[in-house]
Amino acid sequence: MTGHSIITARMSRFPSDSHTLDRYLDTGGYEALRKALGMSPQEVTGEVRSANLRGRGGAGFPCGVKWGFLAPGKPAYLVVNGDESEPGTFKDRQLMERDPHQMLEGTIIASYANEVNHAFIYIRGEYPRSARRIQRAVDEAYAAGYLGSDLLGSGYDLDVTVHLGAGAYICGEETALLNSLEGRRGEPRLKPPYYPAAKGLYMQPTIVNNVETLSNVPWIIENGGEAFSSIGPDGSRGTRLFSISGHIRRPGNYELVMGLSWRDLIFEVAGGIPGDRALKCWIPGGASAPWFVPDLHLDLPVTLDDTARAGSMLGSGAVVIMDETTCTLRAAERVVRFFAHESCGQCTPCREGCSWLERVLRRIEDGAGRAVDIDMLLDISDNISPGLAWPPRMTTICPLGPSAVSPILAITTYFKDEIMEHIHGGGCPFG
Amino acid sequence: MEAGLLISIAMVEIFPPSVGTPWSEATSARARQIIDRYPKPRSAVMPLLYLAMAAEGHLTDNGMREVAKRVGLTPAQVRSVASFYTMYKRDHPGRYLISCCTSISCMLLGSDEVLGALEDETEAMAGQDGDGSEELVTVEHVECIGACGGAPAVTVNYELIEGLTVEKARELVQWLHNARPETVGGAECQELFGGRRSFDWGPFDRSSADGPYPAFGPLGTVSVRSESQDG
Repeated sequence: MTGHSIITARMSRFPSDSHTLDRYLDTGGYEALRKALGMSPQEVTGEVRSANLRGRGGAGFPCGVKWGFLAPGKPAYLVVNGDESEPGTFKDRQLMERDPHQMLEGTIIASYANEVNHAFIYIRGEYPRSARRIQRAVDEAYAAGYLGSDLLGSGYDLDVTVHLGAGAYICGEETALLNSLEGRRGEPRLKPPYYPAAKGLYMQPTIVNNVETLSNVPWIIENGGEAFSSIGPDGSRGTRLFSISGHIRRPGNYELVMGLSWRDLIFEVAGGIPGDRALKCWIPGGASAPWFVPDLHLDLPVTLDDTARAGSMLGSGAVVIMDETTCTLRAAERVVRFFAHESCGQCTPCREGCSWLERVLRRIEDGAGRAVDIDMLLDISDNISPGLAWPPRMTTICPLGPSAVSPILAITTYFKDEIMEHIHGGGCPFG
Repeated sequence: MEAGLLISIAMVEIFPPSVGTPWSEATSARARQIIDRYPKPRSAVMPLLYLAMAAEGHLTDNGMREVAKRVGLTPAQVRSVASFYTMYKRDHPGRYLISCCTSISCMLLGSDEVLGALEDETEAMAGQDGDGSEELVTVEHVECIGACGGAPAVTVNYELIEGLTVEKARELVQWLHNARPETVGGAECQELFGGRRSFDWGPFDRSSADGPYPAFGPLGTVSVRSESQDG
């Protein structure tokens, strides 16, 4: 079912030392870099474009196309987004801690392709072990000549700086990340006019790529874009790392070829639900994604496009499983509370709306709900994201506010009876 | 005249002058190294704020002033950055900061009960200590810390423990109170108090944190507990 193992191959085979430079070199490490340095930057970008590698951070934008958008101004920068914070997601942490050189080699190749001489790796502050492993890999790469000036005698120069965040989910949004890296509050920038590829870090052309995206690049260069794009269904090429958590027998990260069904993912790959309890619902792609329910979605194929057509997204690849014992109102409150807490406060619909939603959900959960509260939840949601459509329409600078609407839609669509039970029963029926 | 006086009183309250001491030569040298890592000094604000916390145990007005003068900003500009991020602690946390995740995946597996146990035990142990002049353990609840496969999870000084139970949470607080380790090692804490992990962490990591801020080499906040290097 899985068939291919690209980015987790080394850590699966050599769990005791997959993070070391020796093991990396032993298993073909930095050969892709040598090959790339023998190609022109345009050829490297062409290879990644032909791979149809879509970004693994959440938006799924084609990586090679993004690289092609980089404006010609100098200096240009490359920023690795290691600010993984979407609830349910822990895949980039594994990639950074268990195979740091793989991500670093991808970073170096991407920098070369984009003719960048300074790259930054932005890692969330709560991941000091990831930062230590990456920093050690960077130090080793400098010592071995894979970083610094005239790397491997190619005449190409590259410096890498590892940067630690300080606890702000919104810095995973690329323009907020750039503000943060400039030493500012992590508030997203208005787009248009300026997209990072034209004016990003220090208002210079900048590419921002996710950790998992870049971890795929060495394999693509070594094996060719064609080989990568022959794996998996159209539109969802290559493999994908899924973080599975919640009420599930075997939680963890799974590298899978997309196209299997949700039923197979949940019950075969991850072993089903403890105690053989019934599946109630699941979040298919991180806390921002609208929820799926067994009656409608269990046999859909797990691909980016099928998930989008069904009104949700694979997002960050985080699958959160909830069984029949779950109070969905409480679960929704917890997801909404996250967005209320992480709102940067720039846009009124998000700043006010998310915390209003949180308060209404909490009062229903606490037994003080009113019959009008369901309409109120939908009205507030409609003010954050008009029409409650998918993909969400926005009244805000970034998609954080509309993300808080996803759990509201889920519980008002699929679990209205449960909300009414809370309201009429004076509290949570799950205790 | 009167308005001017009011404004200056307000400013004195926000940034009282000459409270605290300038950074030591060692801290200043570390700051220069950090600034050199970036094309523009302002980009060093975030690591320098961690350095300020490490120098004084928490983020003080003095620390923000020291950061400001090194990157060419006003103290108010530095404060505006610091106040955006939750990991810059302007209230003095205890020597051990326990951050308990209560986001969706941890909540589904009992994090609210773990948080309750951490808070109860911390209060009980602090009561035993007597004068309570020094807060040893601070408990906070945080949003997702990326350990969902090992839920429920906490960090101690940002070193991760996955697969906690209510009983182990109590033991963790008791251990911090009784053993009072100089530094907190993530791998060690996981062995003592943890359970199921999100993934195989690999070999034992001997690095540990020397305070309630992340342990990271360029910040000078990592302690290595034995002769062998961080794995």
